[in-house]
Amino acid sequence: MATRSTPAAGQPPVLLKGGRVVDPARGVDGECDLLLRDGVVAETGRDLPVDGARVIQIPDGLVVCPGLIDMHVHLREPGQEYKETIASGTAAAVAGGFTGVACMPNTVPVNDHAGITSMILRKAAEAGLAHVYPIGAVTAGSRGEQMTEIGALRDAGCVAISDDGHPVAEALMMRRALEYASMFGIPVINHCEDPSLKGDGAAHEGHTAAVLGLRGIPGAAEEVMVARDVALSELTGGAVHIAHMSVAGSLRAVRSGKERGVAVTCEVTPHHFTLTDEQLTYDTNWKMNPPLRGSADRDAMLEGLADGSIDAIATDHAPHHADDKAVEFAEAPFGIIGLETAIPLVLDRLLHSGRISIGRIVELLATNPARILGLPGGSLAPGAPADVTVLAPDAATRVRKDTFRSQARNMPFEGWQLRGAVAAVLIGGRTVYVNGDVGAASAFDKS
Amino acid sequence: MTPGAADGGAAGGAASHLSRLRSRHLLSAADLTAEEVLLILDTAGAMREVGTRPIKKVPALRGKTVVNLFFEPSTRTRTSFEIAEKRLSADALNISAATSSLVKGETLADTARNLEAMAPDIIVVRHQASGACHMLADICSSRIVNAGDGMHEHPTQALLDLLTIRDHKSTFAGLKVAIVGDLLHSRVMRSNVVLLTMLGADVWVCGPPTMMPAGIGRLGVTATSSLDAAVDGADVIMMLRIQLERMSGHFFPSLREYHELFGLSRARLARARPDVIVMHPGPLNRGVEIASDVADGPYSVILEQVSNGVALRMAVLYLIAGVTEGVD
Repeated sequence: MATRSTPAAGQPPVLLKGGRVVDPARGVDGECDLLLRDGVVAETGRDLPVDGARVIQIPDGLVVCPGLIDMHVHLREPGQEYKETIASGTAAAVAGGFTGVACMPNTVPVNDHAGITSMILRKAAEAGLAHVYPIGAVTAGSRGEQMTEIGALRDAGCVAISDDGHPVAEALMMRRALEYASMFGIPVINHCEDPSLKGDGAAHEGHTAAVLGLRGIPGAAEEVMVARDVALSELTGGAVHIAHMSVAGSLRAVRSGKERGVAVTCEVTPHHFTLTDEQLTYDTNWKMNPPLRGSADRDAMLEGLADGSIDAIATDHAPHHADDKAVEFAEAPFGIIGLETAIPLVLDRLLHSGRISIGRIVELLATNPARILGLPGGSLAPGAPADVTVLAPDAATRVRKDTFRSQARNMPFEGWQLRGAVAAVLIGGRTVYVNGDVGAASAFDKS
Repeated sequence: MTPGAADGGAAGGAASHLSRLRSRHLLSAADLTAEEVLLILDTAGAMREVGTRPIKKVPALRGKTVVNLFFEPSTRTRTSFEIAEKRLSADALNISAATSSLVKGETLADTARNLEAMAPDIIVVRHQASGACHMLADICSSRIVNAGDGMHEHPTQALLDLLTIRDHKSTFAGLKVAIVGDLLHSRVMRSNVVLLTMLGADVWVCGPPTMMPAGIGRLGVTATSSLDAAVDGADVIMMLRIQLERMSGHFFPSLREYHELFGLSRARLARARPDVIVMHPGPLNRGVEIASDVADGPYSVILEQVSNGVALRMAVLYLIAGVTEGVD
């Protein structure tokens, strides 16, 4: 199983006192104490005795929730350490409020072999920050030709398989992968995009791309493969998870599958529920795949987040070096980073706009990712890992890339003023991040 | 009606009240105002006279260095710019750079920085990537003139097209202009649509749905796949070059059928107004998008476009350089 930060021997228990605890897995939303001991949640309840524990009095206005999990990131190691490393990526994760990240296999070499999975987990343990949950490749080299040894990958610690970025193009391969992976109880995550419809497209096919003279990627490129994968999941019973969904048609296909009881889940990124292609220029920090879509698609994502048909929010954190992005738009790599902007965007755009509750946010960022990937976290029930994210929903955040812990800077939100921040993060009962910009967060200082 | 369209109503005769452009660069037709377009056309009218002199040269850009940085093959546009530069007494040099950043191993940004270090005054850029000129304008302090960037824009082509139209028509307002062909990949179409709609023309675009950009209706044009509808009553017909390699992208099945549906023949032309003019940015695929007897026929102004190109580019270079004397 995936790496866990082991609590230091002899570390005293930690008592989080008096905070608003939001834990949708148990239907909890209210004031409650939380005793963390030996790396797990030992006890929850009102007015727990201090009993030798280090007490952290939760300041008013903060929200205590299970450690958030980003089920879709790119850590670039091994092979592209000049973009990001497991150490810098997990540092960015905890600064963004995430206690765990699931990393895609498109490293160099591709994580298509248990030895690479083990190496990733070893590096993650050395970094000692966020938990890293590797995602193995579906096919060798993600070339779509030969299935990987999924059993060996699972045994080495992979929590899902995906050829992210290289969609499983052949329907038969997808069928077999779903069938085969179901034996190990792990989902197949697919970046749904028909390669022939995508062509060499660089932006959403629509008015803006027409004006800028950029080759288009139609929304249907995604929708047709989502529809196919829902059908194949229905055929096989294998669990499929749709990565970074971006268009209304995909959501319709997922909803219709869910209504029939198909084992399909899906995620959406903060940028796809925040931005549209109308804002696009030739700035390559706005180039990602799937591309920013039109406002009808963006609104459909917001609706899916609110009505429960979208299961998770994931960042698709995709670090690139400034040199890689400082080229012509058509030649720039796809992707933006998201770990350190996700929570302010979620709180500002979803909570403060009144679209969804804080409980639903925790579901999307902790409960459901843990359930989909079969992870031990996602809840603060006694016995669960002592992974805790503390949110400051009303704190002001100004996005400044110079403060990022990620090695990369490629993102379009520089200078944005948002309402909502991460106050602190505890992993295994240990405080690993305190946000100095949130005054109240000093309560978490390790001293 | 926009102020631009109001100006365009008198465009045939009226002289512009401006004397200079707002921007240091010409990156996109969309950056121009109607007033600026008229200024460029008026200036080109004056420049045209230089080409009729026994000594075709004025000192306007003497001592200015103009680099023609072409990343794509081009004969017509590059020659046109070079002649324009020489007639203005600029020191012109041509660089035919290798294709893309990825192929040649040096990024476009680095190429630009190196050129910049040699302090040219104006860089005329042709590049296969949309937005390449914007990128250079961000990096360089030289003034940038877009000579065609990818599928985005080709502003000097559209301006010379306007100059040619103005020679034949009294006004742009209400003029029915049909632009026909590969709309999806055409930077000539994009720049022309921007300027013609700005000046109040009734712009129709026509091509197979496979080569029609998504959302084209929002550009303020009427889109159709019926060539007869586009040509019917047209004052101006602008044919676009079809790239022969498009057949491999499933855009159309054969040159024969393309010509059948979208080729401009004499029979089709009969539906247009009697004083129609036929334009083409070149190079021609004779017998594909345009029949030879139309290209060479009495309504064709294709070679006038080429002649006007030199005067128009002189005007653009002169205005972009920001000099205020030396034309006489």
